[in-house]
Amino acid sequence: MSNNTPFAPWNDEAAVPLIQFDGVSKKYGDFLAIDNIDLKIYPREFFALLGPSGCGKTTLMRMLAGFEEASAGKITIDNKDMAGIPPNKRAVNMMFQSYALFPHLNVVDNLAFGLKRSRMAKSEIDGRVEEMLRLVQLQKFAKRKPHQLSGGQRQRVALARALAKAPKLLLLDEPLGALDKKLREETQFELMDIQEKTGTTFVIVTHDQEEAMTVASRIAVMDHGKLVQIDTPDRVYENPNSIYVAGFIGDVNIIEGRVSHLAGEEAQLCWAEGTSDIRGMAGPKIQKGEEAAFAVRPEKVALSVQEPIERNNRVAGRVEDIAYLGNMSTYYVRLENGNLIKSQVANDRRISRRSVTWNDQVWLSWSDTAGIVLPSGGNPS
Amino acid sequence: MRKTSWFNVVSLTTGFAFLYIPIIILVIFSFNKSKLVTVWAGFSTKWYGELLSNEAFLDAAWVTLRVGLWSSTIATVLGTMAALVMVRGGRFFGRTLFTGMIYAPLVMPEVITGLSLLLLFIAIGLDRGATTIVLAHATFSMCYVSVVVSSRLSTFDQSLEEAALDLGCTAFDAFKSVTLPIIAPAVASGWLLAFTLSLDDLVIASFTAGPSSTTLPIKIYSSVRLGVSPEINALSSIIIGLVTIGVLTASIASKRAIRRQQIEERRAIG
Repeated sequence: MSNNTPFAPWNDEAAVPLIQFDGVSKKYGDFLAIDNIDLKIYPREFFALLGPSGCGKTTLMRMLAGFEEASAGKITIDNKDMAGIPPNKRAVNMMFQSYALFPHLNVVDNLAFGLKRSRMAKSEIDGRVEEMLRLVQLQKFAKRKPHQLSGGQRQRVALARALAKAPKLLLLDEPLGALDKKLREETQFELMDIQEKTGTTFVIVTHDQEEAMTVASRIAVMDHGKLVQIDTPDRVYENPNSIYVAGFIGDVNIIEGRVSHLAGEEAQLCWAEGTSDIRGMAGPKIQKGEEAAFAVRPEKVALSVQEPIERNNRVAGRVEDIAYLGNMSTYYVRLENGNLIKSQVANDRRISRRSVTWNDQVWLSWSDTAGIVLPSGGNPS
Repeated sequence: MRKTSWFNVVSLTTGFAFLYIPIIILVIFSFNKSKLVTVWAGFSTKWYGELLSNEAFLDAAWVTLRVGLWSSTIATVLGTMAALVMVRGGRFFGRTLFTGMIYAPLVMPEVITGLSLLLLFIAIGLDRGATTIVLAHATFSMCYVSVVVSSRLSTFDQSLEEAALDLGCTAFDAFKSVTLPIIAPAVASGWLLAFTLSLDDLVIASFTAGPSSTTLPIKIYSSVRLGVSPEINALSSIIIGLVTIGVLTASIASKRAIRRQQIEERRAIG
């Protein structure tokens, strides 16, 4: 971005969405795969559909590509109603999870496949293919067949082929699922880079929350055919609107109780006999006196041997287990009322100098704004 | 490796003897000098020479070849289309019935198939000749093609076709430029199978052939009824030779092609 205003068309009333879902549902027989979805996706967005398998995210994407028709509601792309428009008549391209490279064609012919079916002159096609090869750095492999390429190279061919026709919208179905972890991380940045260079709107389907967090401008968390939350990665992480979202994105501690105080953004939760109430941010749809759950990320829970009297939120417990992850350790602390709370501590010292070990009595504490009080119900998965 | 027991050796020898002794005897007697089929009088190739000057046999051979080419081509087109519907058509009303009906001619007695086709041709007033044999052969060999092609299609990654549609192909274009090149080896072996079936067929051909169009199997069968001549032995030996070469090449080529294609596809999918 050349200017300093952050890219956030979703906050701009005047922004025109590229894609709009209006009350879209999809039924397979009696099964409701997509349940009355309203969604706007803006030009140049990198939009992630995130959810467990079977949540409807792939169906939603296939409706954009034209492989599935909505049972109810309206989908518009670029202000055009997409009902009845077949995949080959849409300015939308898709990168398939299996890559779906044509095994009988070499890289160049794979890339030119879509271009040959548009009204483009032969010389223009060659130029465009060349440009695409450069974009994904595969010039040296132009004449190879798909089976002569590595997984990462095939992934790049698939991406280039989908981008070759310069679609308004690129759909990516679990694009990095087949790559190993290290390559996946590198490719995530490549994807973002290419998205920025080409200015194409990307919609990615993934079940990998880290991937979604890394690449996306906004994330839609789905469950059972419904959109549970649509927000920027940091807001989805810091301000989940339900226990489901809190549990799906990252790790979380959940403490159940009853709302004892609610004022503006502050909320307090009464949760166990003989303890002071937990203070946290007020989540949506909670009411004083109602049952609720407090959610706090393990890395926001501090561990100490001395009682941290300067903090309002502090509880005592006994270290039950320690998971050493190299860069950090997770301490599983059992509270007196039986709750198990995870605290994640960066290992800034060598392991032999660690002061806390199994069965030690410790204090856990967190700031007043570290956690959020959410309506109860919906289990974290 | 397991030790070869005498039992295995004996069963193998008996089995192969059972299968091939009659054929070997036929081939040997085709080189017999004597006109008497069962009496060996020395080596000669004269019957092969006489065969080549026998107009009736050459005509029959020509008819057989033409019928085989036409019927197997028609059967391949229809059989591939049927396979596509069976594997890709998704669920539609009567799908199971339809699938069963495509496979049924495989087990239908040839006499019944032949008779029913004969009745049909008479009913619609189609004069019996090469055309009717072509139609009849296409009818019964089509189901063999569809079995071969549908087994290939069932391992075909459907996202390849979706990718073609997504990149701007019409459904037919996607089939022509993506599906067909990939399943081509299976289609080719289906065609060869249909061609071989047509060359071999006696029963259905004799129901549907007219006086002007006699296929080689019909010709051989009718000559044998008048007595086995060494000429027939020579002709049969040639056919055995051709069929052996054809079947071996076809099966080796198609196996290789299919294996290579599957490896390519698997790798392409990763």
